[in-house]
Amino acid sequence: MTTPSNKTYWKHNIRYLIILLAIWFLVSYVFGILLVEQLNEIRLGGFKLGFWFAQQGAIYLFIMLILIYVWLMRKLDKKFNLED
Amino acid sequence: MDVQAWTYILVFITFGLYIGIAIWSKAASTKDFYVAGGGVSPLANGMATAADWMSAASFISMAGIISFAGYDGSVYLMGWTGGYVLLALLLAPYLRKFGKFTVPDFIGDRYYSHWARLVAIVAALFVSFTYVSGQMRGVGVVFSRFLEVEVNTGVFIGMGIVLFYAILGGMKGITYTQVAQYCVLIFAFMVPAIFISLQMTGNPIPQIGFGAQGSDGVYLLDKLDGLLTELGFNEYTSGTKSKIDVFFITAALMLGTAGLPHVIVRFFTVPKVRDARKSALYALIFIAILYTTAPAIAVFARTNLIETVQDQPYQAMPEWFKKWEETGLLTYGDKNNDGRIQYLADDEQNELVIDPDIMVLANPEIARLPNWVIALVAAGGLAAALSTAAGLLLVISSSISHDLLKKIVMPEISEKGELWAARGASVLAVCVAGYFGINPPGFVASVVALAFGFAAASFFPAIVLGIFYKRMNKEGAVAGMVAGLGLTAYYIARFKLKWIGADVSSGPEHWWWGISPEGFGTVGMLLNFAVALIISRFTPAPPQEIVHLVEDIRIPKGATGPQDH
Repeated sequence: MTTPSNKTYWKHNIRYLIILLAIWFLVSYVFGILLVEQLNEIRLGGFKLGFWFAQQGAIYLFIMLILIYVWLMRKLDKKFNLED
Repeated sequence: MDVQAWTYILVFITFGLYIGIAIWSKAASTKDFYVAGGGVSPLANGMATAADWMSAASFISMAGIISFAGYDGSVYLMGWTGGYVLLALLLAPYLRKFGKFTVPDFIGDRYYSHWARLVAIVAALFVSFTYVSGQMRGVGVVFSRFLEVEVNTGVFIGMGIVLFYAILGGMKGITYTQVAQYCVLIFAFMVPAIFISLQMTGNPIPQIGFGAQGSDGVYLLDKLDGLLTELGFNEYTSGTKSKIDVFFITAALMLGTAGLPHVIVRFFTVPKVRDARKSALYALIFIAILYTTAPAIAVFARTNLIETVQDQPYQAMPEWFKKWEETGLLTYGDKNNDGRIQYLADDEQNELVIDPDIMVLANPEIARLPNWVIALVAAGGLAAALSTAAGLLLVISSSISHDLLKKIVMPEISEKGELWAARGASVLAVCVAGYFGINPPGFVASVVALAFGFAAASFFPAIVLGIFYKRMNKEGAVAGMVAGLGLTAYYIARFKLKWIGADVSSGPEHWWWGISPEGFGTVGMLLNFAVALIISRFTPAPPQEIVHLVEDIRIPKGATGPQDH
């Protein structure tokens, strides 16, 4: 089962996961929680930025992350000829 | 027409729709019953997942809780959506490739042990029963206010409906009913939100409206911050919870979302691995429509409420005020005998107590929307509660009939026998759920939050390690689940339910590291990971065929429909 090509496929997959999950952590835990006061100094129309990330922004970015993941994996599946 | 008549009409139509779908999509085999035959399209599965996932807590309670918690309410918004990123990236595609029926199936096979399967069954039942009790209370709240029946009668009606389509259709019936329920609930949630956003800010999109200016030119959020501080409350846009607690609660809700068996099992119903990824995306989009609107409703409702009641004569209160007083969810006591309502942060002077659960339901009335909109919200709340209850009942019944009966107790049971056992288990589960609905253990969202702690502390590490760490063995996984679940259960029994230890030592000042019971699932999860990794180091490696199984689920190629064994 572990052909060299499958191993490379898995390595690529893990790299995508690390990058995407790092962004996931950044927008929710860092922007929405840890740095919320500092970001609240900045305003986005009627929103304080930290508050906006916690109640809206993080959710939009979560959707983007999954969208990018679906797209990347689709390309990867094709490249390695591993489509189901 | 009055609200009552509209409610009867809308509830009757929607219930008829659900029952009709159930009859049309009757389950013929165990595969139909457990995974809807494995042929659900990603779009339909995304909708069904969204309805399955968005419970009475999301629909009825969440916006209300946020409207009183302000920034602190963000834990629910980020926590309950961020988990889908984990689901899509770490769990869904691999579990789909694995291609069996239930979560204990995966745990039992991956960890080649009846003990692992048994622990998973116990955890699944624990999580599902904790969660379903919140849903039944939600059904009761909606019925008691809008159909003006006893709460208990409302629970019985809800039980009857769920029983009908869960037993007849199994997963197949539930899936297509949930698609209909999603449409009903999202329409019911958005219509009043759009109306109110237009009314208050002139912008039809609530997500933008709550950051916009009101007719007086002041930004709505600034106005609310001002109103609240004037009355002695905390500023809306900054929180009162400690940073560590917000961090841990958000994490527990995210990890719990990714570990909830009734959500995970939905990814077994699509034909292909890439459909599993796609349906996680659709699910989050459908969920986000409601979850980005809820904080807007929260701000509209709180502002409207303060402006309607604060320092107004009690006699001048509109009809909704009196109606909610009758349910006991809103109480007014004139402490200074001036006949006016003082709504203040100070308990000594405050004269108005409001249960957060009523905010979404009362919101259209507070904003004086037409009667049909108010009735629509009632139908939406019922759709949300019933869809989640049905999904959970299915997990409970399949845990008993498939995982326990077929896989452990009587492996030689026929398919027909198993199907009947599944239906019998559904009846049993509905009765237990109904009991919790009549004797609710607490208010909706906090009970639900506990279910997440359990899911985070048990399933999430076992599944993730099972996929990403080939060396993980049965000893490690079982010990990890037992430790994580045990510690979380202890902490909740100690500090939330107060069953253990003296009452005086159960307050927030005694919490470990300042973490509330709602956030403690994260600690349970960390302990689970740690115990699993350590124990697996000192015990034999998993057999060769398990290593092959793990290698196989990591690549999408060769996925087949869910296999019976």
